[in-house]
This record gives sequence, structure tokens and C-alpha cells, in this order.
Amino acid sequence: MSTAVAEPQARAPEPARAERNYLNVSFGVMSWLFTRDHKRIAILYLVSITLMFFVGGAFAVLIRLELMTPEGDLVQPETYNKLFSMHGIIMVWFFLIPSIPATIGNFVLPMMLGAKDLAFPRINLASWWLYILAALVMLWAVIHGGVDTGWTFYPPFSTDATRTEVNATVLSIFIAGFSSIFTAMNFIVTVHRMRAPGLTWFRLPLFVWSMYATSLILVLATPVLAITLVLLALERLFGVGIFDPKLGGDPVLFQHLFWFYSHPAVYVMILPGMGVVSEVISCFARKPVFGYKFVAFASLAIALFGFLVWGHHLFVAGESIYAALVFSFLSYLVAVPSAIKVFNWTATLYKGAVSYETPMLYGLGFIGLFTIGGLTGLFVAALGVDVHVTDTYFVVAHFHYIMVGGMVMGYMAALHYWWPKMSGRMYPEGWAKLAALIIFLGFNLTFFPQFVLGYLGMPRRYHAYAPEFQVLNVLSTAGASILGVGYILPLIYLLWSLKYAPAAGPNPWGATGLEWQTASPPPPHNFPETPVVTGPPYQYQLEEDARAD
Amino acid sequence: MFAQMRLFPERASTMADRVDALFLFLLAVTGTMSILIALLVIWFAVRYRRGARGRYDPRLKGSILVETLWTVGPLLVFLVMFFWGASVYFRLYTSPEDATDIYVVGKQWMWKIQHPDGQREINELHVPVGQRIRLRMTSEDVIHSFFVPAFRTKHDVVPGRYSTLWFEPNRVGTYHLFCAEYCGTWHSRMIGSVVVMEPAQYQTWLDSHAEGSLALEGRKIFLKYRCLSCHNTSGTPHGPPLEELYGKLVLLEGGKRVTADEDYIRESILQPKAKVVAGFRPIMPTFQGQVSEEEVLKLIAYIRSLGRGETPPRVEETPPPIQEPAAESPGGPNP
Repeated sequence: MSTAVAEPQARAPEPARAERNYLNVSFGVMSWLFTRDHKRIAILYLVSITLMFFVGGAFAVLIRLELMTPEGDLVQPETYNKLFSMHGIIMVWFFLIPSIPATIGNFVLPMMLGAKDLAFPRINLASWWLYILAALVMLWAVIHGGVDTGWTFYPPFSTDATRTEVNATVLSIFIAGFSSIFTAMNFIVTVHRMRAPGLTWFRLPLFVWSMYATSLILVLATPVLAITLVLLALERLFGVGIFDPKLGGDPVLFQHLFWFYSHPAVYVMILPGMGVVSEVISCFARKPVFGYKFVAFASLAIALFGFLVWGHHLFVAGESIYAALVFSFLSYLVAVPSAIKVFNWTATLYKGAVSYETPMLYGLGFIGLFTIGGLTGLFVAALGVDVHVTDTYFVVAHFHYIMVGGMVMGYMAALHYWWPKMSGRMYPEGWAKLAALIIFLGFNLTFFPQFVLGYLGMPRRYHAYAPEFQVLNVLSTAGASILGVGYILPLIYLLWSLKYAPAAGPNPWGATGLEWQTASPPPPHNFPETPVVTGPPYQYQLEEDARAD
Repeated sequence: MFAQMRLFPERASTMADRVDALFLFLLAVTGTMSILIALLVIWFAVRYRRGARGRYDPRLKGSILVETLWTVGPLLVFLVMFFWGASVYFRLYTSPEDATDIYVVGKQWMWKIQHPDGQREINELHVPVGQRIRLRMTSEDVIHSFFVPAFRTKHDVVPGRYSTLWFEPNRVGTYHLFCAEYCGTWHSRMIGSVVVMEPAQYQTWLDSHAEGSLALEGRKIFLKYRCLSCHNTSGTPHGPPLEELYGKLVLLEGGKRVTADEDYIRESILQPKAKVVAGFRPIMPTFQGQVSEEEVLKLIAYIRSLGRGETPPRVEETPPPIQEPAAESPGGPNP
């Protein structure tokens, strides 16, 4: 008895639905499209990126169907090349990068700080409008034939050889970049200036630390992408010789510039997921995160070292072998903070009181899949092995384990964890657990065979392939169809829950963050009065201690 | 479909064993780590499930000792991986002195290969077993990548520069050759095979495919473009003589020195004004867009082969293709 878990006292009965909250405070399309409430903007983002996720996913379905057979028999090679290019571009810039920051972060970050809103509500709204503008330009490009350069736009293919819609696509990514910068800048200022009284840096939830690290990367790296894309456009439109050797340029220069943004961006695509997992593991193990400061500083270390490893994408591109040596070494260094995080999450479970609600299932799944994704990173960081596996399916599997196995699992964890807060309703637990299981199995069946394919030597971006690779490709396609079902299920039951599910109450998980101390859905300005923080985060207690308080 | 299936690629070069050894080491270490973490997560999640009595203790918040151990421990293991990986990489990318050069030109979407004795092939590369081969590669258009999985090696083939790749095949057979850098519509058809043969059979193959040697082909091109008008050994040539040039240090205008290697010679043909030899004026026109990459390779082979006194006598009397620099006053060759 003495070691029983303190159940939250806040599990209110039915909250009065008539209470004024951010959803019923005003009505009509305009009240949403021009809202300055961070919660409504988060919902706008949620709807938009969900749409883009399924567009990008549809491209993936066609890719996997084509790869069922070794012959290129379902679509033309031009079409196939556009499919994987558009899949990558949409998933990276229109889903993964905004995913957790712009939806979940937008919604909960100000509440975690005890703030009424972000520092610059209008800039927050502008960020969403820029995202929509970028998405529209992108869709225009898709309708006008799409782009076939891959998401990496390597010249001279992208500047000289291709005849597809590179200009519009590059413009769209340029615009989307400003949307990222706006959100990130807003987060940085908000974390610095708008913490509740008593909320010191080391009392911040780890999700805030990860959002802060993510925002630093976005603010510092995205301008480099913008500059690189402008240079690409200058060469394409005016024949300025920057990258094309025929004009006196250097194609490898582009790769340096591109990865100077895109490798840090890889950490933008995983740090937020790590932040979510810290919250979820702590909540469902009823324990503070083990080694809080180490996890917090690991996020900053990843953000810092992440800027110094771009050259590991160029080990076979012709950079000097001594440069390669430095980049390989730094790549191993950046793996250390990731390892620290995995160990700390695991240790958090030790002597916990673990329960297995859906967010926790995704959280535990994240640890497993991120570990595989991270550890296979040690293979590609090893110079001698990277020469063989780079540009093969090994790399495809590696980064999908990080970005889908890691980030998308983290996103799903976050969506289920904060869904009661966002919607005021519980999602159906049974269906959600089933979907989590389907996603976990489908994901592994899709991407694990690709490690084997990669070491066998199957190059990526191949429309047709040698017959001996077929069995593994069929397995992968089978997994993808299971994964597809897993992603459609939440779409259905979450929408269903908006109308039919029971009300959640302010704190259905008995969690400790400030966001759980206000109503679900929260009132327009989050808190009736500004909360005051008196202790560190994650103060889960034994029942006797709770009673004594 | 199942009959041809493999789970591990075949090995056909000396480096393949080294790469595989490193790979298996990484697999063993990371495999152990993954299983360990998975078991711990499952064990903790079950043993410390909610409702299990007498085990819950939320006061456990961390330990500097444990954090240090699992920071330093992995770092040490990573250092081993780093050094091992680096040593394999150095061997993979440092070509031995005694290797035989074969020239590769990538273009959308084929591999064009020229042997030193002039044999030419497309999408096939015949090599003898047990001999070190060095590929000198460039591209006519976009970036490609020369990838032979059975040799565990690849290198990007970048336009505007020469990339090298070497290997020593140690098993007779036919192996996949893939383009590994996305290069457009038929990227997945830019494939071929590397045929590793017994030396005797390889000689037979060479003999049956004999054409003029690369250097001989290069000589024809040298004459065709009237390079001889300037690069001759008469008393006062317009351009520097090329005999015994390859591999030497060249003194440039401005005092810099450069080794006359493939890249230098290629650049001097395509962008002659980039590096001007000391004592000569920048009057050579560019041949960019006039000579193909394959012709450049042949010219290099010819210049490499050019020994003392082997420059042909200047016979034809057509004017040299000199482009007068606009800024300089016209005039004859330097006295």
C-alpha cells in the first residue's frame, strides 16, 4: 500500500461543456483563418500537415507498388523519379519539419511555460500563412508536372539536365523556410521571456528544452538553405556559373551548402520527438526523467554538434580523405548525446509504476526504433563501410528508422498524449492501441528488409532492379500496406472522438506539467490566472507523500 | 524469385574482406546493444508495471556516476569504430602505385570504358583477376557514381574533374556495376557488369578487342586539332613542349608550381588560361565544347606516352589556332 502510486486528484467528473474555451469562444471561418490564438494556429497546422502527410504517403504507396516487381512496369521512369522526389520534398519540408514544433509545440509550449500565448502571435499566424502559400506553390508545381531531382537538388542535374518544375519547387521551399524561421524565433523569445514566476531553466519540461534546441537549429540553418536555393535559381535563370562545371562552377560546393542546412535539419526531424518521449515516459512511469540535466544538455549538444557533421554526406563525393576523417570523428561524437538519451529513458522505467496507454506504447516503440536508427548511423559514420552502403537502401532504411520510426512515432505519441487537452475528449483506447501495434509491425516489415537490400548493394532511387532483390522488396511493400492501414485508423477514430468520445477532464493522465492544470480544452488565454511554479518538473510521488502534502 | 535470393553479398576483391570484417564487428556490437536495450525496456516495463507492489520509487532522479559511465563507455567503443573505419577508408581510397589505369566516362545513361591499349567497351568492364586496377573517371554531363557491390567500393563520377577508384579483384566471375548517384530518367538502367577473368583469358579478350592504343588515338586527335602548331620542339614554340611532361613539376606564371597530372592537363586543354606556364603568353584558345571527355582522355594518354624526341615534326603549314588575348599587343613569339 505504501508504495501505491498517487493517483491524480484532478480527475474531474464531467467538466461543464458550456465553459468558454478556445474552441467555442468564436465561430466562423474567419475566426480561424485570422486567429492569433496559438492553440487555433496549432489546429490549423495540424489539419494542413495531416493533409500533406497523406499526399506524401500516397506517393510512397505508388513507389512501393512499383517496386513489387524488378521490371519498371507500373509507371514510366520519369513518373517514378517524380514520385520519390515529391515524396521526399513533401515529407521533409511539409510534414516532418513542421510536424511536432508547429502543431504540438505551438499548442503546448506556451501552456508549459504558464504563458497566455507565444511572444509574437501575429508572426505565428504569418508562419502558418507562409506555410499555406508554400504548399500552394508546391501543389501548383506538382500539377504542372512535378519535379524529378530528388529532394536534394544536386546540380548539374538540377540546373542543366532536368526539364521539370525546379523553379517553382525551389521557390516553395524558400517560402516554407521562412515559415520555419518565424515559428522558431517565436519559440526562442517565448522561452526566454515568458516563463511563469518560479519557472527557472532547470524547472522546464524536457519538451521545452528540445523545442528550444530545435528552434536554435532552425533559426541558424534555414537561412543557409535559402541562400543555397537562391544560388541554384541564379544559375538556372541567369546562367551564373556557381555549381555547373560547364559554367566554371563546382557541383560539390552545392553538396556542402545543401548539407550544411540539411544535416542539422535531420536533428530538427528528431529532437522534438525526443522531447515528447521524455514527457510521455516520465508520465506513464510515474517518475521524473532519470538524469534530467543530462537529457536537457544532450539536446543542446545535438543541436551544436549537428552543425559540424555535414561532410559525412560527401564521403564518396570527392572531398579530401582528411576532411572525411574529421567529419567521421564528429559524427561519432554527435552519437554520444543520443545514446545518453536512450539510456536515461530506459533508466526512467526502473522502479517506476509503468502503465501502457497508447502514448506510452508509442514512446516505448520510439525507444526501440530510434535505437536501431541511431545504431545503424554508426555504420554510415564508419568511413570504410559508408563507401559501400551510401546511396543504397541501407541509408534509406537508416533514415526512415530515425524519421518514421523515431519522429513519426514521437508525433503519434504526442498526438494521443495531448489529444484530450486539444480536443477535450478521450480517444478510443482500444482502437488506438491496435493502431499503434499495426504501425510498429508494419514499419519494421517495411524498412528492416531494406537494410539487407542495401548491404547487398541495391542502389536507391532505382525504378527497376536486379531480380535477386525481389523477395526483400515484396516484403517491404507488404509492410508498407500494413503501415498504411495503421496510419488511416487514427485519422478515423480521432475524428470520431471529436463528437462521440467521453470528455477528458483537465488531467486524464495525472501528469505534472502546467498544461494539465487548466481545463481541456483550455480557455482562450490558457490560465484563469498565471500559475506560480515552486519546484522541479515531473514531481511524481508516493501516495503517502502525496497525502502528507 | 526465391532461387536467386541472397542475404549477404558476394565478395570478389581484396578490400571486400576488410569491409565485411568491419561491418560484422559493427553488427555484433550494435546488435548486442539493441537486444540489451530492448530486453531492459521490456523487463522494466513488465517488472515495474503499475500495481506491482513494493517496487515503486519515484525519488530516483539520476546518478552522476551512471551518467559518466554511459557517456564514456559508448565514446570509447565509438572511437574503435572510428579508427577501424578510417583505416579501411584509407586503403579503399589510396590507390597503389603499380595499378593499371583504365579510363571511365559516365554519361546519361551509360558507362564508356577505355583500356590503355585502346580496347573500348560500354557498360562492361573486363579485368584480370589478381591485378590492381585504377579507374580514372569523369562525367560528360551530371554526377554519376561507379559502384561495384562485390568489390565493396564506389566513388562519385563528377563532371569537370577526375575521380579515382581502385580495386584488386580476387575472384573470377561477373559482378554488378551500378550507377549509385541519381542521374535522371534512366538512372536505374545505367548498369552493367564487371567481368573478372583469368589473366590468360583476359589477354585473349584484349587481343580480340585490340584497336589503336589510347595514346595512338590521342596522337590522331593531337594532329587533328593542330596542337602541334604550337606545342612542337622547333626553336621558338608558341606553347610549352609536352615531351616527358607527365608527372613533372611545372613552373607557372607568378611563380607557383603544379604537378602535371591528369587534372592539370585536362584543365589546360579546356581552360588554358587558368594555369599558364612561365615564359609563355596566354594565347591558347579553349577547347571546351570542341573535344569530348573521351578525346581529352586520349590526349592525356598521348601526352603521358610522349618521350624525349618523340614529338612529330611540324609539317603542315596551316596557321595555328591562336587566340590573341585582347589586352595584349599583337606580336610574334617571344624572342
